Amino acid sequence: MNDPNMRRALLFHLGVVLLLFVLQFVLPAYHHTNFARIMVLACYAIGYNILVGYTGLMSLGHAMFFAAGLYGAGLTIHYFGLPAPVGFMLGILAGTGLAIAVGLVALRTSGVSFMIVTMMIAQACYLATLYFGSVTRGDEGIVLRPEARRGIFFSLPFDLSNPAIRFNLALILFAVCIFGALALVRSEFGRVLVAVRENEERTRLLGYDTNRYKLLALAASGAMAGAAGAMYVLLFSYFGSTFASIEYSILPLLWVLLGGAGTVVGPFVGTLLMFYIAEFSSEYTSAYKLVVGVVLVLLVLFFPKGIAGSLRERYAPWLP
Amino acid sequence: MAAVTLLTTQGLSRQFGGLNAVSNVDFTLQAGEIRAIIGPNGAGKTTLVSMICGRIAPTAGRIAFEGQDVTGLRDWQRVSRGIAYTFQITSIFQNLSCYDNVALAAQRQRHRHADLPHRVMDSLDRVGLASRSSAIAGTLSYGHQRLLEVAIGLALQPKLLILDEPTQGLAEDEIVGFCALVREIAANATVLLIEHNMQVVMELAHRITVMNNGSILAEGAPAEIRADCRVQAAYLGT
Amino acid sequence: MSFGPKLFLALMEGTVSAFVLALTALGLSIVFGVMRVVNVAHGEFFMLGAVLAWAFSSLIPDMPAAGFALALAGSPIIVGAIAVSADRLVLRRLNYGPEATIVATIGLLYIIQQIVLMTYGPDARPVQPPINFRIVFPWFGYSGYKLVVVAASAVLLAATWFVMMCTRLGLVMRATQFDRETAQAFGIPVDRVYSLTFALGAALACIAGVLIVPIQQAHYLMGLDPLLLSFIVVIVGGLGSLRGTVVAAFVIGISEGVISVFFSATLAKIIATLFVALVLIFRPAGLFGGKRS
Repeated sequence: MNDPNMRRALLFHLGVVLLLFVLQFVLPAYHHTNFARIMVLACYAIGYNILVGYTGLMSLGHAMFFAAGLYGAGLTIHYFGLPAPVGFMLGILAGTGLAIAVGLVALRTSGVSFMIVTMMIAQACYLATLYFGSVTRGDEGIVLRPEARRGIFFSLPFDLSNPAIRFNLALILFAVCIFGALALVRSEFGRVLVAVRENEERTRLLGYDTNRYKLLALAASGAMAGAAGAMYVLLFSYFGSTFASIEYSILPLLWVLLGGAGTVVGPFVGTLLMFYIAEFSSEYTSAYKLVVGVVLVLLVLFFPKGIAGSLRERYAPWLP
Repeated sequence: MAAVTLLTTQGLSRQFGGLNAVSNVDFTLQAGEIRAIIGPNGAGKTTLVSMICGRIAPTAGRIAFEGQDVTGLRDWQRVSRGIAYTFQITSIFQNLSCYDNVALAAQRQRHRHADLPHRVMDSLDRVGLASRSSAIAGTLSYGHQRLLEVAIGLALQPKLLILDEPTQGLAEDEIVGFCALVREIAANATVLLIEHNMQVVMELAHRITVMNNGSILAEGAPAEIRADCRVQAAYLGT
Repeated sequence: MSFGPKLFLALMEGTVSAFVLALTALGLSIVFGVMRVVNVAHGEFFMLGAVLAWAFSSLIPDMPAAGFALALAGSPIIVGAIAVSADRLVLRRLNYGPEATIVATIGLLYIIQQIVLMTYGPDARPVQPPINFRIVFPWFGYSGYKLVVVAASAVLLAATWFVMMCTRLGLVMRATQFDRETAQAFGIPVDRVYSLTFALGAALACIAGVLIVPIQQAHYLMGLDPLLLSFIVVIVGGLGSLRGTVVAAFVIGISEGVISVFFSATLAKIIATLFVALVLIFRPAGLFGGKRS
């Protein structure tokens, strides 16, 4: 029953990745960089979706995991001169570690309380980046030196400011996250996450330690967010307090809602669309966040399933 | 047939604020029997079995399963020991397919993984829902949803299956099928049944426990219980 | 300034902000208590009060007192109307589902904030206080208007308490909070009560904004800090407990004021946000308990 669906799902997602691969040869320079950025941010959104869309735990503080990756990589590369790949791994570790630490305390709550607790802890992290401004340079931020973004990786020289390398690294991370999410969602573990979302008490009475599953989901989500943050600083060289602010916790929520929570490809669709909607509207007004607000309200009122979610309902029930 | 004690409770009590829902209950269950718990509404039946399966913590008393104290175990841990509970108010996964509902229960059993579809379909088949395996559970009729609950319980391969008012809302013919199913289940597991339908109780139960006001009023074979005047006064009527 | 007078100054500053915080947080608390809804846009109503006060006072540029009085009367009406529309158009359609309303009110926050940005602009603008006098202490001079703020807030808090506890309207609101379905069965128009409650909560925040604007300045981003602090106060005080909210407002307002004067404001905020997270995790009923279903 599942096999032909699984094959279709694999082919579909492979198609998306291949399409993106081909696009790099066709896109003009400006959009080339945009797409690299979008793919990295989409990984953040995919990670967020594991928690919100599949496990049903809405966090309003995910920016702290993204920022952990960002600062974990950025600070170690900038101050200790670590090579980029090492910084990247440290960023992922930071994101995962913070997610587990937060989960151990915050997962005692659920629903609205969980939203507020995650928001508060994230806000404290944001304020911490300001408080320790002598190290982090707060709002102003730090730009990585060009030498830090060059190096040798397994005897291959690389320069992260090279657009082709940038795009393909982003694509590789994106592909890993997309197929990782696909594998997770289709596994027995993923089925339990959905069960926790649907009816937690029942899931416990089937013998599952739901707290452990929620913690693992949060850890996976934090790992992806941290990876996205670490990759972001490697590719775009700038990091500052803004990335830890509440705005960066609301953005993945917006992307996931728009693209379709509970679908693997939805977060990417949402990130892509929202990026260009914001670009488009900021040409007309400095208040482009107005569009963000309106879209959020319309989505939650009329399209709670998002784009991919609605399409799946109508045409493609096999889409994971 | 040697009687093996499966479950005992000692002095089990549960208070809610000022209300004694269950007071000082000593309850024993033998392996392989079909035991029915009956009693008026508010007698404490669901509270008692909820404490046994771990949904609610007792305010006093101990529970032993297969000779081991399980009072401190959480609900999900007791499932591993072999206690399964089907809800009084249907609590299936409404938005998932019947297959997925049962698979969630079956995949916990660490047998061969390739076996999963076979075991799922087997459970569905035993309750007669095999043809509806891909249907979304919420679209099933109420009676079929109750049967799905039983299928989920079966897939857990429990030693003790607790059924909380399983025939409520079922049609006559569905009840007949259900009784046959329970007898089949009892060949491999112990069944603890909360029921209001006295015909089902009299037909199925080896022994009946009568509860009233949080305590056990009487216990015995169906014929004894039917003749017991205290039970008649409290519950059955003459 | 030596320690003693500095502490005195910090306490006075803390008291002023505590009163204003109490008003703002009370609005949030009433909305949560009656409707079980977390309104993330609550801070924007506060900001609107300040911005509208500036607008009203610039209508009558020579008489700050008259402009201010106009603002006190007119702003709550305008903000209340906005709140009622938001309730009717959006929140009611979502059936007040907890997570959906949070998302929707986040959207509302952006909408209100950005509209103000487009019309009022990104600058911070001052508003003249209606009364201008200084109280001279041996160590420093203190703005007399701040004491007026304290007095006005105290009056409003008392008035709100009176409405909630001693009037039929308050009884109806508390009945709906207690048991929505029974209230409906008794013929209480729950939908209208909700709209009114939402408007009341918004109006309280709005008035707090009007009162504070002669002390701060009106800026389109000024709603975020009061929002965060109100959250902290409502949760620490116990969701659904009005008394807890007011008490917590004073505890937090005064201690925040004192910490900000002696240490850094950022550190004070870090402590406060972590504190509220801990309270939610370990004492979900708040430090003072409260009726939570």
